Amino acid sequence: MGEAIVVTSGKGGVGKTTTSANIGTVLALQGKKVCLVDTDIGLRNLDVVMGLENRIIYDLVDVAHGRCKLNQALVKDKRFECLSMLPAAQTTDKTAVKPDEMKQMVDALKADFDYIIIDCPAGIERGFRNAVAGADHAIVVTTPEISSVRDADRIIGLLEQEKQITPPRLIINRIRQHLLKSGEMLEIDEIMNILAIDLLGIVLDDDGVISSSNKGEPIALNPSSKASLAYRNIGRRILGETVPLMVLEEKNGFFRRFKSLLGMR
Amino acid sequence: MSATQPLVTMKGRKDGLVLVMDEACAYHDLVRELKIKLAANTNLYKDGPVISVKVEAGNRYISSDQRNQLKEIIHAFDHLKVEEIQSNVMTLEEIAKKKAQEKIVTIARIIRSGQVLEVEGNLLLIGDVNPGGVVSATGNIYILGALRGVASAGTANDGKDAVVVASIMMPTQLKIGRVISRNENGSDVEMKEKSLVECAYLDEQIGKIVIDQVHTALKKRNRSSAFEKL
Repeated sequence: MGEAIVVTSGKGGVGKTTTSANIGTVLALQGKKVCLVDTDIGLRNLDVVMGLENRIIYDLVDVAHGRCKLNQALVKDKRFECLSMLPAAQTTDKTAVKPDEMKQMVDALKADFDYIIIDCPAGIERGFRNAVAGADHAIVVTTPEISSVRDADRIIGLLEQEKQITPPRLIINRIRQHLLKSGEMLEIDEIMNILAIDLLGIVLDDDGVISSSNKGEPIALNPSSKASLAYRNIGRRILGETVPLMVLEEKNGFFRRFKSLLGMR
Repeated sequence: MSATQPLVTMKGRKDGLVLVMDEACAYHDLVRELKIKLAANTNLYKDGPVISVKVEAGNRYISSDQRNQLKEIIHAFDHLKVEEIQSNVMTLEEIAKKKAQEKIVTIARIIRSGQVLEVEGNLLLIGDVNPGGVVSATGNIYILGALRGVASAGTANDGKDAVVVASIMMPTQLKIGRVISRNENGSDVEMKEKSLVECAYLDEQIGKIVIDQVHTALKKRNRSSAFEKL
């Protein structure tokens, strides 16, 4: 029996879809059977980020309305045998599926997969309620910006009211080191003080994330990037390992000092 | 019997007039006699200073309508001013309401953005109030944690004595009674430095909400009474 994890944030554009794709990828790298579920009906993105758009035949709404079987709608990943995706429909909107239909689907998926990663749409309306309906755990994604932390706080409040979900865990995304150093960005401690939930991981802002998303290749596949390492650590923490947080300070070596002399970061 | 025992007895005291009312007679008889007595006896002092009047109703229940009526009758005489109307009797409803106002409600959780916590009586919150969260109480608010959202104390009719106490006081807005104050200087750096328990109260002299350390708040206007009505 698998576990269903919803990835949510409240605010849009903080990296829910990227996080879902990468968590799914790193868990698959560890050999787990993973199913990604896109619940952003009408504005689906997960398939694009995974590079699976052209493989979609049926979608989540077709399953909910009985137009196909659940297995027929699942899209197999091109890189991993153990990774699948249940895409959202692009032609209708969030009201096409009811929370209890969503729960039935996730429950059915739990029989076949180790992890079901549910990508939640922005907002706190129907789409959010659909996404959390079948979830056992929750991951809240935030960036070190005040508006995104506020929305994360709101979402945590709503998640705490869902009795079947264990206490949510936090991912702080898009941390920019130079802003953090100059004190222009909210510090991690400050965010943790306000949100007061367990920290699952921190991900540094990385230009590679954008280019790899555009290519349909999750960054987690590229082992040399820092963001990739962060996602791999997060994956290991989800599997129950204890992994220390990434050290943000880079060593102030000769080369680095030389670079900063030249005005390079 | 009523011929020998007057229904309303007027007593003059140093600080004013006391009207002792018979407990057993009908209310309309009482009103009638009150009017007659006042008319007959108080003209003497007409030109003197305003006399304060205290009504002692004994074991008679006086509804709020009747209270207003008695006041009206007495205030018909220009130089009389009702100070209070005392009665030994309260309805169960009133007493339950009063008890609810005085109890202390303990809640242990974080009030997050978008959440509203309203209690009747005094609130003891063990946890934070995050920005966007609201706590409100008819009495005082005590927060063992950080207040970063909105706190509204003394939401009952006459709540200007209420106080807000928090371990870390960084509210976006404070309301006490009908007065509201907001944090103008955004994120207060200097407030974060001193992590003392602080208390917000309404300074009636300046009509504004003041945040101060608890002991200074206590000194001001003998505020212990507000704290102690638990």
